[in-house]
Amino acid sequence: MNSPKDLIPETMNNKAENSLDLTPEKSRRQFFTDAGKTAAGFGIAALLGNLGNYALSYAAGKEPIKIGILHSLSGTMAISEVSLRDVVLMAVEEINAAGGVLGRMIEPVVVDPASNWDLFAEKAKQLLLVDKVSVVFGCWTSVSRKSVLPVFESNNGLLFYPVQYEGEECSRNVFYTGAAVNQQAVPAVEYLMSEEGGGYKKFYLLGTDYVYPRTTNKILRAMLLAKGVPASGIGEEYTPFHHQDYQTIVSKIRQFSRRGDAAVISTINGDSNVPFYKEFANQGLRSEDVPIMAFSVAEDELRSMDTTALVGHLTAWNYFQSIDSAGNKKFVSDFKSYCKKNGLPGGAQRVTDDPIEAAYFGVHVWKQAVEKAGGTDVDAVRKAVYGLEFDAPGGKKKMDAVNHHTHKPVLIGEIRKNGQFAIISHTDLVRPEPWSEYTNPEKGCDWVKHKGTYKKT
Amino acid sequence: MRRSIRRSPIPILSAWLLLFLGAPLSLATAQEEPTSPPAFMTTQEAMTALHESPWPDKKLAAGYLLKNGDPALLPQFEELRSNTNRRVRRLIKPVINLLKNKAGLASPDKGTRRAAARDLGARGTPEALPVLKKALSNEKEHWVRYDLEEAIQLLNLENGDPQVKFMAIQQLGDMRSAAALPILQDLAKQQAGNLEQQTLKDEAEKASRLIQKWQDVTRGIEMLLQGLSLGSILLLMALGLAIVFGLMGVINMAHGEMMMIGAYATFVVQETFRMYLGEHLFDYYFFFALPCAFFVAAFIGWILEGTLIRFLYGRPLETLLATWGVGLVLIQTARLIFGDLTAVQAPSWLRGGAQVVVGVQLPYNRLFIILLALFSVAGIYLLLFRTGVGLRVRAVLQNRDMSACLGIPTRKLDAYTFAFGSGLAGLAGSALTLVGNVDPELGRNYIVDSFMVVVAGGVGKLAGTITAAFGIGTLNKLLEPGFGAVYGKVIILVLIILFLQVRPSGLFALKGRHLDS
Amino acid sequence: MTPERSITSRLAAAASNVGAGPAFWIIGALLFAGVPLLNLLPDDSFFHVSDFTLNLLGKFFAFAILALGIDLIWGYTGVLSLGHGVFFGLGAYAMGMHLMLGIGTEGVYGNALPDFMVWNQVEELPWFWKPFYSLPFSLAAIVLVPMAAAAMFGYFVFRSRIRGVYFSIITQALALVAWLVFNRNETNLGGTNGLTNFKHIQGFSLNDPSTQLVMYMVTILFLGLAYVLCRWITQSRAGRVLIAIRDCEQRVFFSGYSPANYKLFVFVISAGLAGLAGALYVPQVGIITPNQIGVLPSIEMVIWVAVGGRGTLSGAIIGAAGVNFMRSTLTNHFPELWPFFLGGLFIAVVMFFPKGIVGLLRKMSVMLPSRKSKVENAATTD
Repeated sequence: MNSPKDLIPETMNNKAENSLDLTPEKSRRQFFTDAGKTAAGFGIAALLGNLGNYALSYAAGKEPIKIGILHSLSGTMAISEVSLRDVVLMAVEEINAAGGVLGRMIEPVVVDPASNWDLFAEKAKQLLLVDKVSVVFGCWTSVSRKSVLPVFESNNGLLFYPVQYEGEECSRNVFYTGAAVNQQAVPAVEYLMSEEGGGYKKFYLLGTDYVYPRTTNKILRAMLLAKGVPASGIGEEYTPFHHQDYQTIVSKIRQFSRRGDAAVISTINGDSNVPFYKEFANQGLRSEDVPIMAFSVAEDELRSMDTTALVGHLTAWNYFQSIDSAGNKKFVSDFKSYCKKNGLPGGAQRVTDDPIEAAYFGVHVWKQAVEKAGGTDVDAVRKAVYGLEFDAPGGKKKMDAVNHHTHKPVLIGEIRKNGQFAIISHTDLVRPEPWSEYTNPEKGCDWVKHKGTYKKT
Repeated sequence: MRRSIRRSPIPILSAWLLLFLGAPLSLATAQEEPTSPPAFMTTQEAMTALHESPWPDKKLAAGYLLKNGDPALLPQFEELRSNTNRRVRRLIKPVINLLKNKAGLASPDKGTRRAAARDLGARGTPEALPVLKKALSNEKEHWVRYDLEEAIQLLNLENGDPQVKFMAIQQLGDMRSAAALPILQDLAKQQAGNLEQQTLKDEAEKASRLIQKWQDVTRGIEMLLQGLSLGSILLLMALGLAIVFGLMGVINMAHGEMMMIGAYATFVVQETFRMYLGEHLFDYYFFFALPCAFFVAAFIGWILEGTLIRFLYGRPLETLLATWGVGLVLIQTARLIFGDLTAVQAPSWLRGGAQVVVGVQLPYNRLFIILLALFSVAGIYLLLFRTGVGLRVRAVLQNRDMSACLGIPTRKLDAYTFAFGSGLAGLAGSALTLVGNVDPELGRNYIVDSFMVVVAGGVGKLAGTITAAFGIGTLNKLLEPGFGAVYGKVIILVLIILFLQVRPSGLFALKGRHLDS
Repeated sequence: MTPERSITSRLAAAASNVGAGPAFWIIGALLFAGVPLLNLLPDDSFFHVSDFTLNLLGKFFAFAILALGIDLIWGYTGVLSLGHGVFFGLGAYAMGMHLMLGIGTEGVYGNALPDFMVWNQVEELPWFWKPFYSLPFSLAAIVLVPMAAAAMFGYFVFRSRIRGVYFSIITQALALVAWLVFNRNETNLGGTNGLTNFKHIQGFSLNDPSTQLVMYMVTILFLGLAYVLCRWITQSRAGRVLIAIRDCEQRVFFSGYSPANYKLFVFVISAGLAGLAGALYVPQVGIITPNQIGVLPSIEMVIWVAVGGRGTLSGAIIGAAGVNFMRSTLTNHFPELWPFFLGGLFIAVVMFFPKGIVGLLRKMSVMLPSRKSKVENAATTD
């Protein structure tokens, strides 16, 4: 889809004088380096590669700060992750245009793990060990995060992870700018149970079979049981990635919801959403009867879906493009014009959404922290991030003082025909709880007074 | 976090109780003492009262509006709702609900009318009864009438009069109402204190038995229909393969990508219609898209045959690898052109579904696919057995050298056959846009299944392919409720592998004495 | 059936030339000792091979062991298996399970159970996990589990004389089944996430460069052993029967041999090699997921062998390392070109150089010298 080729300037020879260019200019240079180094085992190629490397590293003038971007640009996850790469590059461009960080320019190194979890680990290693980047912005799925986690922890790297996730993690080397479960799933279900939300009494938890839906639903189940919903009022089912045939499951939901007091909580991911919503509508279920509350459907996904079957269903996020504020309007139009300017697919038709916002402000949070710490040393930056307050496009937000997560508001939106959301509920900032009070009430996450996960007394 | 979201269920429940009981009560007081404080003359007066008057009057106003409100007031209510406090919001909630459904019942779209009726049945208050009855008297559509009737009886179940209640139970039983089942089961479980209650209890038991029995039947019908639908999808996908693999012995691993091409052709036709033709013509795009998908895929198949596959005849393993590579290239090309996910909007006449009997819904898109599959089979049959070209194709299949001697242009026929098979894949891809999404890897999800159908059916036998497709489809749907989608599929794949132990050449084997496959 | 019929004898003879004697030992020693020595050089040295590169090489050569296995069954016996990812996965998971249990309470949850079991609400270690505490058991399982699976599957399939493309299609279905099952969380194999976050192997930290160095050397050692084993098999009488099966199974059958037994034997051996490769892959990459065992990776593995040159053992090694090297480099710099490149490889290798890189090299060398070999070459390219 979006080709980083588009970002690579055509001229090779301007690199020496213009190494500040934000485009992954470096990566072409790196091509020779890596090619050479990897081939060392094979023999002669090492000479060429290292020659190139030496020549280039001496040619570079003032040292820029390198950052890594680790998002899948091909394969099944590209649909979601490419936008994050774009927005991170946009943030970098903004920062560089304003004079960079500590007077140094930022130089992004973009790699493509190709939606392959094993390749994620390899590319992360490469960013940290070969490119020696100061920070990495990346990952979407939980499995990709889990696969790079050991790499970051053993090499003391720094990862900004921008997507809502299942919690139950408290890594020293990761900052989570997406929502924890208590900032998205739990309040969304509470909303459905509330009178305002429709007072639903039965819940069908439907998800794709992987860690995020499984853990989220575990927490939701514990919460529903704690709130007096009987076990018979909770349905739970998982389908594999790319599942297409939802006939049987929708029939089951129809049975389940025949009394009209049931809602579906969907953690279905990616391309399975379209067949699911289509089947749902075609079997005569409507959002008025049985609303679907989804946690993985955002504007960027809706951009390429036929929304007819989705209108009126709900989602919960911490940001919507439809947030009516000056800061957000500027962000949205900036992003559109950035995409248009760089000839990215979609151009001005592109939209922003929650992970895009989170990826964007992640870069700015890191920049502020680097300035506060006076350098890019990981441990200093880490401490500088704690408690940082900042203006995100969606409004004021705050990094938690101890647990590496972000304070965010909870928004419930209703899907509209144009692929945008009507915001129907809005809260103040909610403190992130990586360990859910429902499933792990005894655990907490604290990197100031404790060493990560600790037992509450 | 705002308070409204974090609340324990008890206040919610009690609020509901209050609404159920309180609303009629407040109404009753208003009726008994018509002269007491403000009696509202118009709905506008009541609206104003809701805005400005003290709390008790607000309650009265809400009661008045519940009875006399008009959907035209909804915008005002929405505005009030967003500006007021929680107490008022809760007060006006049932009013808004009723008004919304009232509007819904007046809608020209029967789906909306049905949804409104069902919503009122599920959580309406007795005030909805006159609304429902009025709607029922005007309604002509059978299934909307059914839903209205069901809603009325469901509300009657809440009625204090045992006579009405009894009638409602009986009616709901006769209607085989699925929505009533949980309530009736609760009623049947209750302790009966006196004879009257005992009668009600017995009747509820009888009714729920009736409904349950019916549900067993509908589940069977539904499973069969779903199996048929899945089977026809499998059949559509496998037909092209059966021709290419079965008749020509060519393993085309890019077959899935031919489907993908068909799907994208459909998408392009749709976009063209949207851009150049009016909205009124949009619904007909699918008639144009189907042949388009067929010919585009056939054309690409023809090119593929001419440039690659013709050099690999008689080397199936090589063909397999090369066509897999072609598939990779096609996928990436599609990704670069179209992006990762594209939406095909089904024409409006293929959206929604037809209610077959109570509790069984057959979506139109699935019906269409079943018909398309049957149509394709008939077309292939006619082509192969009723035309000159078909005769020649079969001749080449039986004895290539002899056919060539007799002047049949075997090279040309190969190309045509391959193109035809690819075209069928395109057709399948076009049909798939109705149920799923369009993405570059669309074909990958189906390729193994399609091959399984062809192999299990017996290579070279159309009847085998058809039987296998419907057999696998139905079996899948039979297993799925019990085992889940994944294990259902696993069991079927394992069964096919085991089945091939018994009949290595599939269901309908070509008879012959050759040792070679 | 296969096009190489006429070149059989030549290939067989060629196999005995390649890697025999000094070349094998020289290349082996270079890889085994030379590369690690380069790694010991100072960072800024011209010839320094970084830990990262070494790690990558280790991975490639683990794949090469797998490619040797595929070459045995496909290149020599003519049976195209599109399900070798499964056997690779079985070995990798066996190793992964052992490493996973070695994490102990150092995981995220601080529980003795593997992390994914905690979030899956599994209270007790499933029975089939328990033996993996033991290293000898795990090491045995790495080879024996894939072999047993292959034996069972192969017994049924070969017995019913399913062959040619039918065999390929059925093995592809097998890969799909395995992928579906391994992805499922109830099977307690880690679901989509697979097994990851390993810490130690026998007390040595996996994140330590020196451990990785040793892992690399172990991989090269096993690659050498696997090579010798394959050579031994292909040079033996049984090897000749295998090639005969590839070229004309019926004639072998009518000569009184049982092709099914030979095929089963070689299928099982190649599954064992695949399992071994998986086990070496896991500690070096640090993660194993079902993605590595599905339909796609399984067919990609075949293309490694095809690119290197099927029917030659050195070709399998060159192909596996070469294609994966290209993958690592290309996805860095031209991500959207990689599928074109891979797809192009599939087509090109079938259409233009069916004998792969080794075949190409040999052709070039044949071009130059004696007239005799030129004639031979002309006859075989027909």
